[in-house]
Amino acid sequence: MTLDEIRELLRCQVLVGHDRLGVEVTEVVASDGMSEILAFARSKELMITGLTNIQSIRTADIAGVLAVLYCRGKVPDKRVLDFAREKGIPVLATAMGMFEICGLLYAKGLHGVS
Amino acid sequence: MAAELLRESYDIQGRNFDKAGEISSEIKALLSGLGLDAASIRRSVIVAFEAEMNVVMYAQRGTLTVILSDEAIDLEIRDVGPGIPDIELAMQAGYSTASDEMREMGFGFGMGLPNMKKNSDVFRIETEVGRGTSVLATIRLNAHG
Repeated sequence: MTLDEIRELLRCQVLVGHDRLGVEVTEVVASDGMSEILAFARSKELMITGLTNIQSIRTADIAGVLAVLYCRGKVPDKRVLDFAREKGIPVLATAMGMFEICGLLYAKGLHGVS
Repeated sequence: MAAELLRESYDIQGRNFDKAGEISSEIKALLSGLGLDAASIRRSVIVAFEAEMNVVMYAQRGTLTVILSDEAIDLEIRDVGPGIPDIELAMQAGYSTASDEMREMGFGFGMGLPNMKKNSDVFRIETEVGRGTSVLATIRLNAHG
């Protein structure tokens, strides 16, 4: 799925990276624990998290994920979004919870990493 | 003995959650600028980031030194802090003594030390309760394809 298809499916706001929505996603890593993301991401995944502080983007950058999706209606502050912009990481946000998001993406054929 | 090509040291301030991770970002930029293989950089930066977060969360202060040779990236992290009473327990995935504040940062779920070990080719940890902890991690270049 492209990021744009994910945006539509999950009714996301695009916070960073409007020009990068054509990027193709096949794998997903989802956690509020940053060490878990670092442990399981192999790079190029969509990262789903409810953690909206600067460490979420730092983790995304270090893990090498393709994009970050914030769940449960959380939106990070400007400093975090500026940092994502600087690192070239697209950022989306949705009101849906992590469980629903993962279920919907799984049904569309996306896979988790472990 | 592999020739040392570069050595950089960084000071880490304990409890400074706002700056936590900045050193690891600097190290990523430093290593990326040298044209090393992406897998080795990624592993090194994961080790550096977990180590930096551990120092910030638990210690008073610490230093992180990156030593690059033509064979490997070595990371040395030495802190002044409480030390670890039971290393075997601390190395178990899921074991954590983190506070709520640390968990709110997205850390302290008991994956830090196991993650560091997993991403290192050689991993050594030495600790003294009441004094501090040292971690020595070696990531061999091009060892992982």
